[in-house]
Amino acid sequence: MTTPEPHAGNVWPIWEVFVRSSRGLSHVHAGSLHAPDAAMALRNARDLYTRRNEGVSIWVVPADAIASSDPDAKGAFFESPQGKDYRHATYYTKSEGVKHL
Amino acid sequence: MSTPETTTDTAAPAEEAAGHGDLTVGVQGASGTGEATASATRITPGNALRPEDIALAVSRGTAKPSEDAAELALRLGDDALILAQRLGHWISRAPELEEDIALGNIALDQLGHARSFLSYAGGLDGRSEDDLAYFRREHEFRSVSLFEQPNGDFAVTIARQFVVSYYQFELYRRLADSTDATLAGIAAKAVKEVDYHRDHSAQWVLRLAHGTDESRARMIHGFQVIWPYVEELFRDDELTGRLSAAGVAVQPSSLRADFDRLTGEVLAEAELEVPQVQPAPGGGRRGLHSEHLGYVLAEMQVLAREFPGASW
Repeated sequence: MTTPEPHAGNVWPIWEVFVRSSRGLSHVHAGSLHAPDAAMALRNARDLYTRRNEGVSIWVVPADAIASSDPDAKGAFFESPQGKDYRHATYYTKSEGVKHL
Repeated sequence: MSTPETTTDTAAPAEEAAGHGDLTVGVQGASGTGEATASATRITPGNALRPEDIALAVSRGTAKPSEDAAELALRLGDDALILAQRLGHWISRAPELEEDIALGNIALDQLGHARSFLSYAGGLDGRSEDDLAYFRREHEFRSVSLFEQPNGDFAVTIARQFVVSYYQFELYRRLADSTDATLAGIAAKAVKEVDYHRDHSAQWVLRLAHGTDESRARMIHGFQVIWPYVEELFRDDELTGRLSAAGVAVQPSSLRADFDRLTGEVLAEAELEVPQVQPAPGGGRRGLHSEHLGYVLAEMQVLAREFPGASW
């Protein structure tokens, strides 16, 4: 039995997988996979990313539905907060007499 | 015997420790296995009945099958073992990497069920799961014909898996209420896994049937090839009669109505007909097998027989 050569119209789209572990944490990106549709993407995610008891909830998102920041845009996009230590709680000294802070 | 120490002290006499061979100490260690003590982020294998637990109970004498229960465990264990071997052949050969892993997972689920059933069956005469899997001859296997059928193309494998998982689901669902506590425990764990196998194969039946002309033709062909072996799954015999009377397991024929109804719903949604075919003669429960089983066994057993006691 011969298998047809895969071509452009025969390749399953890519999905990004997010898994939430069992203790009320947020969904975390686990990886990506191929699937023909959302229902199968969820099942493939279950088989690929929860086979060691990693999670109780899965999200799958079509990879092309994700907008991402430009990996080259470091300066303007990500370096502005640097040096602004007043945005961190550790910048401030604790007022006298305040408990449980 | 005193309670085994959970903290190892170098000063403690060796005989007080749990010992290297203690199977109760699983991958999680002896303590902290409960939900209440679980870490928020550490991933654990979780708590479930493992084949090792069955083997331990058998070796301690806390689980001992009756002669009939052991024969049933042998039948169901052989079904699962042969199917696991068949499905394992798909690894690295499935149409997509994701499906490769899905079939591998199902194979491993089946292998787990086989190990539990065979460990229990061996409790009758002291044979281990490996003795039963690797050192029995073809006529000593009790699996029915369906499980040894060749993989064929992907659609044949899906057709076989669809029939198997709907059958096993109805079987294990009832076996979970068995008067034999060990069989009930194995079935209660297995039924959850088989439930997923049902979903997996039904999804593929629908997609292949509603896919292209070629995928639909292959799905129809797959069911034509597999359906002759359906009837044998539901045959009663003297053993199942005795087990049924004892409340250990229901008669296979009593599973048929639910199997027909539930598979019929999926086939109707897929716009496929139930194939009208003559049943194959079968005979696996009596050790009569099709020409395929010998080759499956040869591949499965060769290493253990060429190098007895090999480990890796």
